[in-house]
Amino acid sequence: MSAAAKKEHKSNRPERGGVVTFVEAIRQGLWEEMERDPSVFLIGEDVGVYGGAFKVTDGLLDEFGDGRVIDTPISEAAIVGAACGAALMGMRPVAEFQFIDFITPAFDMLTNYAAKCRYRWGAGVAAVFRGPCGAGVHAGPFHSLNAEAFFMNTAGLKMVEPSTAYDAKGLIKAAIRDPDPVLFFEHKKLYRLPRLREEIPEDDYTVEIGKARTRREGRDLSVITFGAQVLTALDAAEELEKEGLSVEVIDLRTLAPMDREAILATARRTSKVLILHEASRTGGIGGEIAATIAEEAFEWLDAPVVRVAATDTPVPYSPPLEEYHLPQARDVLDAARKLAAY
Amino acid sequence: MKNGSTTKTTASKSAKGEAEEAGARVSADAQGSNGAGDTAEARSFIFLPPPRAEALSVPDPLNERGELVCTDETTLAPAQMRELYRWLQLTRLVEEKLVNLYRQTKVVGGVFRSLGQEATAVGTCYALRPADFITPLIRDLGAVLVKGIRPREIFAQYMAKAWGPSEGRDLNIHFGDIERGFVGPISHLGDMIPVMTGIVLAARMRKKETVAVAYIGDGGMSTGAFHEGLNFAAVQRLPLVVVAEHNWYAYSTPTRKQCAVTNLADKAAAYGIPGYVVDGNDVVACYEVMKKAAEFARAGGGAVLIEAKTYRRKGHAEHDDQRYLPEGELEAWEKRDPLDRYQRHLISNGVATQDALDEITADVRREVEEDAAWAESSPMPEAEKAAYNVFDNSNVPPAFRPKVFGRGE
Repeated sequence: MSAAAKKEHKSNRPERGGVVTFVEAIRQGLWEEMERDPSVFLIGEDVGVYGGAFKVTDGLLDEFGDGRVIDTPISEAAIVGAACGAALMGMRPVAEFQFIDFITPAFDMLTNYAAKCRYRWGAGVAAVFRGPCGAGVHAGPFHSLNAEAFFMNTAGLKMVEPSTAYDAKGLIKAAIRDPDPVLFFEHKKLYRLPRLREEIPEDDYTVEIGKARTRREGRDLSVITFGAQVLTALDAAEELEKEGLSVEVIDLRTLAPMDREAILATARRTSKVLILHEASRTGGIGGEIAATIAEEAFEWLDAPVVRVAATDTPVPYSPPLEEYHLPQARDVLDAARKLAAY
Repeated sequence: MKNGSTTKTTASKSAKGEAEEAGARVSADAQGSNGAGDTAEARSFIFLPPPRAEALSVPDPLNERGELVCTDETTLAPAQMRELYRWLQLTRLVEEKLVNLYRQTKVVGGVFRSLGQEATAVGTCYALRPADFITPLIRDLGAVLVKGIRPREIFAQYMAKAWGPSEGRDLNIHFGDIERGFVGPISHLGDMIPVMTGIVLAARMRKKETVAVAYIGDGGMSTGAFHEGLNFAAVQRLPLVVVAEHNWYAYSTPTRKQCAVTNLADKAAAYGIPGYVVDGNDVVACYEVMKKAAEFARAGGGAVLIEAKTYRRKGHAEHDDQRYLPEGELEAWEKRDPLDRYQRHLISNGVATQDALDEITADVRREVEEDAAWAESSPMPEAEKAAYNVFDNSNVPPAFRPKVFGRGE
């Protein structure tokens, strides 16, 4: 950038805190971490000039320059590998997948390299791998993925998926400061959802990785969920309240390592558990949650643990097909009523 | 060129014509003709013939008695040349000791030899600065040793001992030491190219003049990660030097089934970077080519691809009987043994006497025996240590084996 251009250049710097959307909260978090720590940098496809496909990194190139906001070729393995190499040198890379669906070309780098470095020779890979996940926006089989189950069986990767603006900012900051690799999933439906606009603090805050959050307390049954499905669960809880059912909603926030204490505590409190996730049912992380409860809270249960999840198909494109595939509010209501009546 | 009305016919005809022509040119090239003057007639597109078919090689340097030695063109001082001999000998003797330990069943996993190709790893790595980084392949033990990793660490790794750098968690040279500029590989070939790209990307951000060297083979170059990593390094003009060790076999698969280029260095063109071809069994030439490549990369020239033509004289690992080798091939390459050749070179050039070299060898033998004994004296790791270090344990507890009905313990 020339000196003259620089003079005229107005920083696109976000406010600290204030009333923000989900996407703005993440952008604030990235910006503040890059200001705080010169070893933090961004790397990914179209993250620079274009500001990212969802504008999460909008304005960061102008502020921090192309040495710290790096546009790459379409090469997910190179993006992840280079982030790993830089992390070994003490940098704090934040790599973006344009859509989480494109995490699969980097599967090997994540599961074999990033995940195993500390275990193999004590070299923690302090890097964040983030991107938009999730279905429900008619984006078809290649732009709708929920990838968490792919990585749940890999030791060495943390996974985070926030559902509020406050948590999104606090968790992205915590992820950047974490000494181990963190996959950071951002449900694309939440980015600009007016309902998620909230006032967040001005101060520098983080949200601890590994801790779930009780979004609503209840006595009759628990819904354990995360990401965009938290909203479905909260709506269902409100509806069921009118029917006299008191529903607890647990937002996992971190998927790995999972907050087992929170899961077991809610199971023991309400004795009836419904697990809700947007990924396909078979082999989804709901199975792990159900098994944990079955093994360790069996005596507290008054009913079988129930899963509500997507059907076992790819995510279809056409709205009626996608609606059939994804878990809907009515599925949650139906399952909750049956569970309550059990 | 015909007139416009017939261009289309000409063009569609020439698709087949080009293929035939390319084949003809390849064979013409192989016979030493340049194949020029035989181009497609269309003007609406340009035909690029495939790269030259003959394998590039440099003339063999011979001594006064007509024996194969190493190149005379060198900047190495005599003391450095004797040191190079020490590294070659150390590499060979460490591996021979490993085979011994393997036969005594003290090595838990496989043993992978670099017999016949030691000069490539030793010569190229010797040209680097201490602050530079390498990532070797399994057949680059020589580079690992030159980088300052001690034989005892290697022995302890192979024997899965607690005192090994990975404390029994991973095999052979699968570990790293950032201080010594060594990042161990993983078994997935090609993955280290992007990682080393990241190493030099970080070094550049920190304003350091670090060069990274990634070793790869004729097999590993077929992976997607190799392509993505080298392409990204080239685009960013990062100082990454890739050493392609052309040893002709990836396990049992010969190069002709691995890729359609004749010289692995031909692939440099696809990344817009310079390529070199060197005799991988000439340790002096390997040193010199890396010196040049590293200098170029360090000065801001960007990535470089070096192809070292060498030969893997042992099987993939000790269990491999090499039944796939054509008759006579092994014998031909035994005559090009890099250590014998360098020994002749040093003696015929008056750099060292046979006695002096024998003294170095005896000294290396001592070190190898001492270090192997040290590694043998190490305990095996305590079983429960398997639970530690998945994550930073100040953050996340170790992954202990849970008790049945442990109730959250």
